[in-house]
Amino acid sequence: MLELAAREGRATTDADLGKSPFAIRGLTVAYGEKPAVFSVDMTVPEGSMTAIIGPNGAGKSTMLKAALGILRPLSGQVTVFGRPLDEVRDQIAYVPQRASVDWDFPTRVIDVVLMGLYRELGLLGRVRMRHMARAMDCLRRVGMHEFAERQIGQLSGGQQQRVFLARALAEDAELYLLDEPFAGVDAATEKAIIAVLKDLKTAGRTVVAVHHDLSTVRDYFDHVFLLNVRKIAEGPVDEAFTPETLQAAYGGRLAISQHDLFSRNRS
Amino acid sequence: MSGEEFVPLSLPPLLIGTFAAIACALPGNFLVLRRQALIGDAISHVVLPGIVVAFLLTGAVSTWPMMLGAMGAAVVAVVLIELIRRLGRIEPGAAMGVVFTAMFAGGVLLLEQSDTSSVHLDVQHALYGNLESLIWLDATGWGSLLDTDALRYLPPELPRMGFTLLGVAAFILLFWRPLKISTFDEGFARSVGIPTAALGLALVVVAAIAAVAAFDAVGSIIVIAMFICPPAAARMMTNRLEVQVGWSVVFAAVSAVLGYVLAGYGPLWLGADDAVSAAGMIATVSGVILVLAARFGPCRTRAGAPAEG
Amino acid sequence: MLWDALLLKLGYNAALVAIGAALLGFAAGATGTFLFLRKRALVSDAVSHATLPGVGLAFIVMVALGGDGRNLAGLLLGSALSAGAGLWALSWLTRHTRLAEDAAIGAVLSVFFGFGVVLLTVIQTMTAGRQAGLESFLLGSTAGMLRVDALVIAISGALVLVAVVILRRPMTMVAFDPEFAATQGISVHRVDMATMGLVMAVTVIGLKVVGLILIVAMLIIPPVTARFWSDRSGRVVLLAGAFGALSGYVGAAISATTPALPTGPIIVLVAFGFFVLSMLVAPGRGVLAATVRHLRYQRRVHLRQGLLALAQGQPVYENLTRRLLRRAGLMRADGVPTDRGRVRAARALLDETRWQAVRADPAHEGAASLYDGLRDIETVLTRDQIEEIDRRIGGPKEVRT
Repeated sequence: MLELAAREGRATTDADLGKSPFAIRGLTVAYGEKPAVFSVDMTVPEGSMTAIIGPNGAGKSTMLKAALGILRPLSGQVTVFGRPLDEVRDQIAYVPQRASVDWDFPTRVIDVVLMGLYRELGLLGRVRMRHMARAMDCLRRVGMHEFAERQIGQLSGGQQQRVFLARALAEDAELYLLDEPFAGVDAATEKAIIAVLKDLKTAGRTVVAVHHDLSTVRDYFDHVFLLNVRKIAEGPVDEAFTPETLQAAYGGRLAISQHDLFSRNRS
Repeated sequence: MSGEEFVPLSLPPLLIGTFAAIACALPGNFLVLRRQALIGDAISHVVLPGIVVAFLLTGAVSTWPMMLGAMGAAVVAVVLIELIRRLGRIEPGAAMGVVFTAMFAGGVLLLEQSDTSSVHLDVQHALYGNLESLIWLDATGWGSLLDTDALRYLPPELPRMGFTLLGVAAFILLFWRPLKISTFDEGFARSVGIPTAALGLALVVVAAIAAVAAFDAVGSIIVIAMFICPPAAARMMTNRLEVQVGWSVVFAAVSAVLGYVLAGYGPLWLGADDAVSAAGMIATVSGVILVLAARFGPCRTRAGAPAEG
Repeated sequence: MLWDALLLKLGYNAALVAIGAALLGFAAGATGTFLFLRKRALVSDAVSHATLPGVGLAFIVMVALGGDGRNLAGLLLGSALSAGAGLWALSWLTRHTRLAEDAAIGAVLSVFFGFGVVLLTVIQTMTAGRQAGLESFLLGSTAGMLRVDALVIAISGALVLVAVVILRRPMTMVAFDPEFAATQGISVHRVDMATMGLVMAVTVIGLKVVGLILIVAMLIIPPVTARFWSDRSGRVVLLAGAFGALSGYVGAAISATTPALPTGPIIVLVAFGFFVLSMLVAPGRGVLAATVRHLRYQRRVHLRQGLLALAQGQPVYENLTRRLLRRAGLMRADGVPTDRGRVRAARALLDETRWQAVRADPAHEGAASLYDGLRDIETVLTRDQIEEIDRRIGGPKEVRT
């Protein structure tokens, strides 16, 4: 436990901050007087795949939303490659929770993906063949190209999630922030999404995802960030994703047998 | 009917009604999708106090101050609703109900207190408008449309409504993309840097402009009906926003024309002597269209949409 | 004059109207609370606008049958029937189409109202210049009200009130948690219907007093006002009723002193006055109290964050934090902590470290749930428990500088 406290106190230098694709300092968000996220620092290494994990109500999504300026934090600063958020929005792609939108909205799959080209198209820019081709390509990467003309309300949950990912791909960003991308999706979708995310990592992009399934953390991610209102631990999976840190984050609520998580002979 | 009768008596109200209906239906599409359909209801109620206050301040019934007063009241109402919703943590429907009823009550009271009986300003007029009276006495036939002298005496509501429609359409066209994105997915819209709060306010202000201009000509019933009924009916015809907006324009225009004609000639066909309220009839027709779309529209339910792309 | 009115000294009719308005206000406030708690406040807007065609049709039918079109009971019956039709249309649209409730409300209210206006113009031509007086249903008018009308209003207001009292328990349960209510054997659908029935009754009775456009205010404003004063649903119902009754009574009394003033708007404005006052000064949910609390909380968060940063030798980034630390004499202008700052920072870090140990320990789960980032651990654990924690974390540590 002593070691834990010391790790929390580790000071990052300004040089780390400047290089990091996504760094948060002193972020606090409160609903009324109940802090959802309290005084959190986070420094995401470039080219990493980081999972933000923690129990329900730990403030994972809240932290992401506040960092992106979607919620207003009580305090805190966010830098992207050392620069303030508003200067570098075109380097960020955000995938909101699937349940946060009304899927009855009158639009087609391809239109949703084209929304990812908004910064490029601007207010009145015409959608040309190459834009369409790019959007179709993004759909192909998530295996949804045959559904381009579908009304979005007719998709299954997993398909909706893949369309959201395709929209983020269309943004062609350096940093991908995903909020619960695997929540309520089928196994095939989960596999397709993780394949795409690993491709992004291979291409040198940085991926940060709010994640809730502890059993897949080791397979999917190389870095973790444990949150329970406060930061519990942060670092490479081998260092920071340990029985001690999980105990600290989940307390008595850790339902999954730790044997499952840490046994080495898993498929 | 000959041009001699049609152009001076029926053409201006028909055009004004149609322009007003479309100008309200266009932003209505987004309001309905954003679950803000009743903003239109709130705006049309608070127009009355705005006009009364403008009248009390200027002491005359002149168009521009009254339009500005109505605009101001609409903005005040929207800001108040937002304030009450956030500060008081009250759900939006109830916040709206508090604000527009109180402002409407204030308007009525001011109206009754002040000496407005000598001028044409009363609650009934505010509700029903007076579409039938917007006639063009200087017209003698179709030829008058080219006659600059006669054109100068067009009812001023006609060019005003025309310009309003142009302005509203230009706004929707120019901001189509961010409007669509932020209506569908506000979180994503903010992440790509769309100022969603400002855009949402702009949409409401544009809706208010349409409502105020239309209100002046046709009264507030049409305004509420046109904000909601044509877009709602159009939603049940298609699953694409672009097509939906097209249908809503068609439905708005049909409601306006058919409603005007039925109000003017319907009673004659039934053997009565006098016309009925055109504004009321236009609202009624839009309701009939909505019922038809809700009963037979191809995309009327969430589940019943066609499966193939 | 106003005192006379408030003390019911302005004649039998005025007294009846004031009492009727108070009863109506209580019934409306109480009934409206259930709508408000169900987050369906504006359904009342659709109901009230939907009464207009009924009024018109009732008039036409009564004249056609050779009677007096202005018979209040007949008009109210007609308005109740068409309000029922409006409610039916509303629920049909929301259940059988993809329209959301707000769009359905707007559609019903505008179309029914539009059709009502058409009927009013028909009536104008029927009566050929003679005033049918139906316009008074738009804004309400108690001036020149017949005694029998005043009696009808007072008695039916009292009846609705009795119904609210009888139904309050199931309605509260459904408004608070419909699913739980269903498990208790309450038919949610039936209770909703009953609530709507009461809303309709209030609307119809209120037509003559406040008019159909403003009766909505009687159903919405008092419940919203009452909500600022209490978190307990039973009390909110009572308070809403009280605010409604007071608004009705005072409004009717004011309007009795100056017959030129329409009753409806005055009642609504009185109710709105109560609302504004409550929103500002109510303890707990009031705006002033909440603002003060928020600012104080933000200060504490920034101070705590600043102290922790100082304790760990990190730079303090945020301006507000720096300003607060300096003003409290905990940090010098160049960012170096003062002696007092060092002590406070060390204490904050110790507290934080203790909390961390507590939160990681399942044995302390109860205490851990109290963690909010600011609470001093000494207020949660006993001295012995803290000593035990300290042994585990290796005792208070030096602050690095």
